[in-house]
Amino acid sequence: MRPQDILTPQPAGLCCKPGGFHIDPVRPVERAVITHGHSDHARAGHGAVLATQETLDMMRLRYGDNFARSTQAIAYGEEVRLGDVTVKFHPAGHVLGSAQVAVTCKDTRIVASGDYKDAPDPTCTPFELVPCDVFITEATFGLPVFRHGDAADQVKKLLSSVKLFPERAHLVGAYSLGKAQRVIALLRAAGYDAPIYLHGAMEKITRYYQSRGIELGELRPVKGMKKADLAGTITLAPPSATSDVWTRRFPDPLTAFASGWMRVRARARQGGIELPLVISDHADWDGLTATIEATGAGEIWVTHGQEDALVHWCTTRGLAARPLDLVGYGDEDSGEGDVVASDEGNEA
Amino acid sequence: MNRFAELLDRLAYEPGRNNKLRLITNYFREVGDPDRGYALAALTGALSFKHAKPGLIRDLIAERTDPTLFALSYDYVGDLSETVALMWPKGRLHNNPPPPSLAEVVTTLRTLGKAEMPKQLSRWLDDLDETGRWALLKLVTGAMRIGISARLAKTAAAALGDNDAHEVELIWPGLTPPYLDLFAWLEGHGEKPVNLDPAPFRPVMLAHAIEDTDFSNLDAADYIAEWKWDGIRVQAVSGRDAHDNIVTRLYSRSGEDITGSFPDLLPSLHLPGAIDGELLVMRDGRVQSFNVLQQRLNRKAVSPRLIKEYPIHLRAYDLLGEGETDLRALPFAERRGRLEAFVARLGDPKVDLSPTIAFDNWEALASARRDPASAGAGEDAEAVEGVMLKRRDALYLPGRPRGQWWKWKRDPHIIDAVLMYAQRGHGKRSSYYSDYTFGVWTGAADDAQLVPVGKAYFGFTDEELLQIDRFVRRNTTEKFGPVRHVVHEPDQGLVLEVAFEGLQRSTRHKSGVAMRFPRINRLRWDKPPREADRLETLERMLKSTAPSEASQEGAH
Repeated sequence: MRPQDILTPQPAGLCCKPGGFHIDPVRPVERAVITHGHSDHARAGHGAVLATQETLDMMRLRYGDNFARSTQAIAYGEEVRLGDVTVKFHPAGHVLGSAQVAVTCKDTRIVASGDYKDAPDPTCTPFELVPCDVFITEATFGLPVFRHGDAADQVKKLLSSVKLFPERAHLVGAYSLGKAQRVIALLRAAGYDAPIYLHGAMEKITRYYQSRGIELGELRPVKGMKKADLAGTITLAPPSATSDVWTRRFPDPLTAFASGWMRVRARARQGGIELPLVISDHADWDGLTATIEATGAGEIWVTHGQEDALVHWCTTRGLAARPLDLVGYGDEDSGEGDVVASDEGNEA
Repeated sequence: MNRFAELLDRLAYEPGRNNKLRLITNYFREVGDPDRGYALAALTGALSFKHAKPGLIRDLIAERTDPTLFALSYDYVGDLSETVALMWPKGRLHNNPPPPSLAEVVTTLRTLGKAEMPKQLSRWLDDLDETGRWALLKLVTGAMRIGISARLAKTAAAALGDNDAHEVELIWPGLTPPYLDLFAWLEGHGEKPVNLDPAPFRPVMLAHAIEDTDFSNLDAADYIAEWKWDGIRVQAVSGRDAHDNIVTRLYSRSGEDITGSFPDLLPSLHLPGAIDGELLVMRDGRVQSFNVLQQRLNRKAVSPRLIKEYPIHLRAYDLLGEGETDLRALPFAERRGRLEAFVARLGDPKVDLSPTIAFDNWEALASARRDPASAGAGEDAEAVEGVMLKRRDALYLPGRPRGQWWKWKRDPHIIDAVLMYAQRGHGKRSSYYSDYTFGVWTGAADDAQLVPVGKAYFGFTDEELLQIDRFVRRNTTEKFGPVRHVVHEPDQGLVLEVAFEGLQRSTRHKSGVAMRFPRINRLRWDKPPREADRLETLERMLKSTAPSEASQEGAH
C-alpha cells in the first residue's frame, strides 16, 4: 500500500482510512488518536479517543469529564491494532504526555511526530527516535535562523535581571501547558528556591504536573498578593496577560517572554517584550534536520510552520518531501489569541 | 565581546532611561579594563575604524549557506546582520577557542587591512554566540542604533563613583579610549584626569518653563529678556593649542562635538572664547525657520551646495570664557557686556548678538511675546518661539538651577482631532494604550473621511491616561498586534485637543502635513467627532505667515 493511502490529509485532519481513525483532528470525528494536550491538537467532541493517560487527563481538565464518548489510555511503547494497521506511541519530548504516533501497515511504517523537541526537558519523557519509512514533521521553527541554544543560559539571564532590578516584578509570559512548568523547573535547577507566583489561568495545569511527580518547588497564586510584596519576585502568566490591565498589580513590571520566537528581534519588539527568553518546546532548525536524517525515512511530510524552507532542505538532501497543508494547527506559544484574558475585569 | 553583546541586547529592549543606566553602570562595574573602556567608546560613538560594507557580510554568508534558505530567512528576519548572526553555521571544532574580547576586536579593526577583513571577521563569527555575532556585525558595519545617547553612557560611567555626568563631560574631550584614567578616577584609585583640550565643552545652563503663577514672585527689574530662537543651542569654543594655533569646536547642548557638520562657521570664530548661542540658517539677513535649519542637521558630509543654500549663522547670547579667563562665575549682566564687546571684536557677519527686549513690567513683555515683529524681532519674528528671562545676577551654572533662567514660550498651535488608533506603550506603560494616532476630516461635508495627521504619546495626566485606556478598550473595532483601531465615526469617538509647535509639508503622511512636537492638550469628551477640525485648517496654518493667529482660528 502506498503511504498516502495509509495516511491522507483531509479537512478534519490526517486520516488513516485502513485504521478508521484521524490523528489530532480539528473537527469532531468518530475515532481520534491524539498526540498531546495542546488545544489545537486535542479538541473536544470526538467519539473515541486514544491518547496517553496524561493527554487524556489534560483534556479532562480543560473540557470537563464528557469531552469524548469513550477514551482509551495507551502507554509509551504500547501497541494496539486498529483496523488494518497497528499504532504504537513513542515519547515526543514536547510536553508532559506528548507522543509520536507510529502507524504500521504491512511493511510500511509512518511516524506522525505531532509537535516534538530533541532538547532536554525535566518535565517530560525525552524524545525517542523511531526509524520509519515516512516521517511526518512539524516545521514551527523551520528556518535556519531558529537555533534555540541552551535554555539554562536563558534562565540565567532572567535571574541576573531579577538580581539587578530587585524592586521590580518580573513577569514571564509562557504558554500554560508545558512551557510554564519547564521554565519553573529550569529556575529550580538553576538554584532559585524562592516561591514562584502563578497567574490564575495556569494554576490547575501546573498542579496537575506536580501531581504527576514533577518537582516544581513552592508555587503561589499571585491573586490576592499586595503590590509591594511582589517586588523582586517571578510570576508566570499566559503571554496575553503580560500586556493586559492585569499587570497593573505589579510594581514596575518587567515583561519577559519564553518562546522560540524570541530569537527574532522584530518579533520580540512587536510584542513589547523587555526580556526575550529563547526557550522553546519545539525542535529548532538543527533539531528538525538532525531528526529527519536520523529517522532514515526516505520521504518527509511537513505539517504546520515554515514548510517551504524545510521541504527545500529535504530536497537538497535527496529526500522526497512535500508540505501536507493541514490547517488548524497554530503556534500555541506565539502569544496573542489562544489564551483568554485580554480585557478588563479579568481577574484570572 | 559576548558580555558586551549581552549588554547591547538588553539595552535594545529596555525602554526606561533609569533602567538603561543601571544596566550600563552594572556592566562597567562587572567588566574590567580595557574592555569596559572600549564599550564606553562604542556607546559614545568615540570609536573610529573603517567599517565593513554589507556586501562583504553577504559574501561571507553566501559562501556558507544555501541561497534559497538564506533568502527565506532574510525575508523573515528583515535585518541583514541579524539574519547572518542567526544563520552562521556553528564551528566544527570541539576545543572552541575563547571568543574574542571587545578590546581585541576594536584594536584589531583599527589596523586591519581591507583584504584581511573577511578572514578575520569569519574567524570571530565562528567563535561567538548568536548575540555576540549580532553585536559584532552591528559594530563593524557601524550600525549600532540602540537608542543610547553619549550623554547617557557618560552618566552611567559617572555613577560608578557617585559623580555627576557634568564632571565627566568637562574632562571628556581630553580623554581617549579605553579611558583607563577615567575609570581609575571614578573608582577612587586615581587622580582626576585633566582636560588638556584647548577648546573644551562646558556643561550648559538650562531654563525652567515659566508658569503664570511664577510672575507674582518675580520683579521685572531683576531680569533681562531676549527672544527665544527656534534653532539649536550650541557652544562655540575657540582656544589656542600648544603651537599657538586656534582650535575651534562646536558642541551640542549635550556636549556632542558637531564641528564636522558646520565647517563654514569655523573661520568666523577666530578669537579664543566660548560662546553660548543659537545655530540658525540665515538668508539675506533673515532667520529661517527650524524646518529649513533641519536640512543642515545630522549631516556627515557637507556639500558646497548645502553650505551655499543653507548659510549657517550663530546668534550669541552668552560668553562663558574669553582667552584664558573663565567668565562663568560673573553675573549675567556683566557677561553680557563682555559678550557685546567680544562679538564686536570678532566683526564677522556670521556671528551676531541676540538682541535684548526692552520692557518695564510683565505686561509689556507679554505684549512683546504676543507680537515679536513689532517689539524688535521684525522680519525674524517667525523664528521666535517665545522669550527668555535671565536674572541679571545669575552666574552660569550647569544644569537647571531654580529661579535663574526662565523660558516663556508662545502659545502653541491647537487643533481638535479624532482618536483613530491606539498602541500600547512600553515599560511602565506596557499595559496601557498610550500612543495615539489622531486624524482630522477631509473631503466633502456629506462624505467626510478622517485622515491621520499625527501621533502623540504624552501631554495627558495619569488620570486621563486611565480614561483614554478605558475608552480604547471599550471601543476597539479591530486589533492588529499591539495596535487597536478605535471607533471614529462622526457621532462616535473621542476628540483630542492636540497642541503642537509647528507644521511642515510631508510626503510621508497621507495628509501631506507633519506636526512638530504634538501632544494631547485636553480631552474633549464634550465634543462630537463631527465637530473636530478639518484638514483645510491645518493647510491654512501651513500657509499662514503669522502662526499665532492661525492657532486661534483653529482652536475650538
